[in-house]
Amino acid sequence: MHLSIIDWLIMLVYFVFVLGIGFALKRYMRTSTDFFLAGRSIPAWVCGLAFISANLGAQEVIGMGASGAKYGIITSHFYWIGAIPAMLFVGLFMMPFYYGSKARSVPEYLRLRYDEKTRAVNAFSFAIMTVFSSGISMYAMALLIQTLGLLHGIVPDAWVFHVSILLSAVIVLGYIFLGGLTSAIYNEVLQFFLIVAGFLPLVWIGLRNVGGWHGIQQKLPTSMTHSWKGMTHASTNSLGVEVVGLVMGLGFVLSFGYWCTDFLVIQRAMAAESQDSARRVPILAAVPKMFFPFLVILPGLIAVSVTSHSTAVQAPAALTQQATTSQHAVPLDEEHPHGIIPLKIDPISGKPILDASGNPVYNYDLAIPVMLLHFFPTGILGLGLTALLASFMSGMAGNVTAFNTVWTYDIYQSYIKKDASDAHYLWMGRIATIGGILLSIAAAYAVTNFNNIMDALQLIFSLVNAPLFATFLLGMFWKRTTGHGAFTGLLTGTAAALVHHGLTIPADAVPGIHGGWIHTVHTYPSDMAQNFWTAIFAFGVNLLVTIVVSLFTKPRPEPELVGLVYSLTPRAPEHHLAWYQKPMTLALGVLAVLIALNLVFA
Amino acid sequence: MGLDIRLPLGLIFLIIGGIMAGYGVFTRSASQGINLNLVWGLVMLAFGLIMFIAARKKS
Repeated sequence: MHLSIIDWLIMLVYFVFVLGIGFALKRYMRTSTDFFLAGRSIPAWVCGLAFISANLGAQEVIGMGASGAKYGIITSHFYWIGAIPAMLFVGLFMMPFYYGSKARSVPEYLRLRYDEKTRAVNAFSFAIMTVFSSGISMYAMALLIQTLGLLHGIVPDAWVFHVSILLSAVIVLGYIFLGGLTSAIYNEVLQFFLIVAGFLPLVWIGLRNVGGWHGIQQKLPTSMTHSWKGMTHASTNSLGVEVVGLVMGLGFVLSFGYWCTDFLVIQRAMAAESQDSARRVPILAAVPKMFFPFLVILPGLIAVSVTSHSTAVQAPAALTQQATTSQHAVPLDEEHPHGIIPLKIDPISGKPILDASGNPVYNYDLAIPVMLLHFFPTGILGLGLTALLASFMSGMAGNVTAFNTVWTYDIYQSYIKKDASDAHYLWMGRIATIGGILLSIAAAYAVTNFNNIMDALQLIFSLVNAPLFATFLLGMFWKRTTGHGAFTGLLTGTAAALVHHGLTIPADAVPGIHGGWIHTVHTYPSDMAQNFWTAIFAFGVNLLVTIVVSLFTKPRPEPELVGLVYSLTPRAPEHHLAWYQKPMTLALGVLAVLIALNLVFA
Repeated sequence: MGLDIRLPLGLIFLIIGGIMAGYGVFTRSASQGINLNLVWGLVMLAFGLIMFIAARKKS
């Protein structure tokens, strides 16, 4: 496809502003606290938008659009059962400890609460996962640019992938190197508004085209337009998950494990100007987050509802391998609507890829890109593509800023150079930013060169993340928990996840990366169901082992745990806040809207 | 941190909104016949103006 000068101009304006913010903030970066924690001076609403924008990477925009096209509005469970309750919990109950303990990172909180070895496990695993996550965003973005042919005719086709990787790396490196976390947060706010500005008219014009939500309901099967219908049994919904696995696995273990313990998002709340603000950050962030399904999932539903095929949008060559969605749950029957979703094309033969039954495979990862090409004329198309690129870059930058902080504070300062000057750690933060970007590039090429590495990475992420929440939950709410208990629980929880994965397999999968590599004792209806139950097992084992080992080991003296454990920490006074500013009031308001959304789309 | 985020936010929306609205006027041309560039460009201009004024007032 060819973009016009207007489209390029809009994208150029965005890139100039992104780097301009970095330059404008450079002179304020005087100490390591300025660079890594934004001087703890950012207003709650800014941190709140950065909190969700840092998570708006490839997985969210492309992946959720693809899931919307494939499974329907049932995908909203990732928000309405998953993210939102966890965001309210971290704001109400956990932020006072993260912020009040003066910890500079989540791994540092673990050191303050437990011991050095527990921090080390979390710091090293987190640092590795962030560079891989950043690399995946980089890879997905380069692949999309290559697939859509955005640089066709400007750069030789063989170089497009490499040029895309290099350009995104240079831009993200530029603004983080110059302005640190503040620059990342400010750009995330900019990216948030551009993503909304780019996708909102797409949803509006798309809904007009298909006759609104009522039109979608008439065109699509019932299972795609109701989020709770058929959830009592795995075989009666497209996710292949039953309600217990969904609520416990996704809603509790995985979502709380991510939103309550992942430093990538917690870092944004830690940059707030006060503890009150820090508590409000995730709760305020939950408000726009709640409506994100209408921005990223709904376009997927519209894409499969549109009946007027456009030859222009059937053209893009398919992705060479699945970029972001590998959840092939219950196989979709031939009656599943495809709308304007293009076929997945074999990059070597140029022919459509066929599944085991001989039916063509559709490339759902292109749901949102083909929507942009289908509905947007020149001009606003530039804005839509800018929104898409902004989402990839905010995901990348979020990971790189989290990496440089954990590397400098939790690895370099702890194990390599303990007593250097603040200026030295500021310098190291900038070096770590360059290192993080270089490692991300390496990760992006690793994903390109190895089959199944995406599946392997998703598996590693779930193995490491699944048991983590139990460690934090017990640490914050049970003063008897010991460092030995936490460390042993964390390791056995991860081992339990690994064993569960080795003993179970999703239907229609062969033993290997998808499970069953020890021996198959249970078959799940989908790999999503397997993921959720792996998380439940990991969490349960971690919880149990941590409690047992803690009861047999010596706890720390209570005075050392003040500010780190709920029962030993005085509640922060709230009488200076108006009723509508109190975190609990805000959270109850969000919860009421959340229940309403679940009921409306049930 | 010395820089009000609403200033660059307002400016980028004013510039992109201006480009789109201007192009929309220029192509008033063969999205269901809706001149998306003009309509959405004006919406972005309005949002950018609100942000820009709010930032200037504060400073």
